[in-house]
Amino acid sequence: MRRATLMLTAVALLLAGCGGGGKGRASTATGARTAPAPAPDLTVAAAASLKTALTAYAGSVTYAKPRFSFAGSDALAAQIRAGVRPDVFAAANAALPESLHADGLVGVPVPFATNRLVVAVPAGGRGRVRALSDLAVPKVKIAIGSPSVPIGAYTRTVLSRMPAESRAAVMANVRSEEPDVSGIVGKIAAGAVDAGFVYASDVRASGGKLKAIALGPELQPEVVYEAAVVDGAKHPAEARRFVAGLRTGAGAQALRRAGFLPAP
Amino acid sequence: MRRAAFPLLLGAALAVTLAFLVLPIVAILTDVPPGDLLSSLDDASARDALRLSLETSLTSLAIIVAVGTPAAWMLATRRFPGRAIAITLVELPLVVPPAVAGIGLLAALGPNGILGGALQDAGVELVLQTAGVVVALTFVASPFYVRQAIAAFEGVDTRVLEASRTLGAGEARTLARVALPAARPALAAGAALAWGRALGEFGATLMFAGSFRGVTQTAPLAIYERFGTDFTGALALSAVLVVLSGVLLAVVKLVGRSEHAAR
Repeated sequence: MRRATLMLTAVALLLAGCGGGGKGRASTATGARTAPAPAPDLTVAAAASLKTALTAYAGSVTYAKPRFSFAGSDALAAQIRAGVRPDVFAAANAALPESLHADGLVGVPVPFATNRLVVAVPAGGRGRVRALSDLAVPKVKIAIGSPSVPIGAYTRTVLSRMPAESRAAVMANVRSEEPDVSGIVGKIAAGAVDAGFVYASDVRASGGKLKAIALGPELQPEVVYEAAVVDGAKHPAEARRFVAGLRTGAGAQALRRAGFLPAP
Repeated sequence: MRRAAFPLLLGAALAVTLAFLVLPIVAILTDVPPGDLLSSLDDASARDALRLSLETSLTSLAIIVAVGTPAAWMLATRRFPGRAIAITLVELPLVVPPAVAGIGLLAALGPNGILGGALQDAGVELVLQTAGVVVALTFVASPFYVRQAIAAFEGVDTRVLEASRTLGAGEARTLARVALPAARPALAAGAALAWGRALGEFGATLMFAGSFRGVTQTAPLAIYERFGTDFTGALALSAVLVVLSGVLLAVVKLVGRSEHAAR
């Protein structure tokens, strides 16, 4: 199904005469029609956890109209491997952009933010989980990310740092492995689970629906977000500007407001 | 000249339609070497997903046929106020996006939903359970069967039904002995479409039932999980679903045709 979407997109792009692979064609066929558009569409494939921050950042971007595709970083990376060419790829880890870079699919990844993992529970204190240790209580329901998505990988790092006994007890309480953080947040907000491992910024973005239980420093993994300009981007100059703004400009401010910490 | 142009246009439209619909399916099958297809089934989590998909989709199909058949019979044979509205409501899940279905099911049957408390008191747990998958599949797939069943029953010759009643058979007996056999090919086609839809369900299942291996992770969810890390594995599992759905459709067509020929 996904492959079908890719093909359709490819066909559509070819028909429109501005396919990523056909730069020459774009300039000859539709150069006249699309020529000096002052603010081109900038396609940004970004981790679901970046939604609030990047949507706010987009409001201050004047040189381009950012168009976002939010999903699990792993799914977005797989799309890029399958031939999708967004302008920017912003991931919730360093591993995915680095591996795409190693394969010559994206430029040099730039770290632009860090985040912390927390245990999120419904706000209001009615829930069954009030402390980290409650996660191991039998019949408590927990949602985590699937192993392939960064939030799921980080969560497994946290669990691996717990004593074997509590790790087993927590894993036994996992009821769903979601493809991205939105799924985890949704399951907690809907009351389908008692708690879930998400980023601190997700709790901030929930607008008071969720409450965070902090993890001790001995459990906390290093969560670094990296972004890269995709090779074959239609608007590389705007893409570079967008990525630079994540580190220092309006993007960095939006990230701080959304609960992200500065990059190392 | 002008007369020749229109059939040509029709032919071109058909060619475009076929190419458009068949291309992705062909791409899946040509991208996966047969060896990979078989070795992908060696993977225990893939087998779990396929087994769960078969179990949940067949369970929901049984529910759909058991409840949907009499409901369709009533809608097909009686004229009552609100009948048109009832038919529209039955068809509504066809046009509702699966993600909306998932949200709706959570809002209705979830722990904080309008019936959540009552279900909890009754000890029924659906969310993040295999039963929840069945609920999601039943919701999205039932219109495919019920719609077809209404049309099938409306197509049964009323004189035959009247004859049956005149000869002393009650309505239930007439339905079982006369209407059901007459409508069987069409009902089978509707059931196959519903089953196919249930087999492919993704959005409502993910939202309402979540994704957990062996419990709620059906084949489409397993395909999505593999998509991020193991594209070949995702393709292989997709190919299995394509083959399964293709065989399903072919069997129904053959059964329908042979029954038709027998009469």
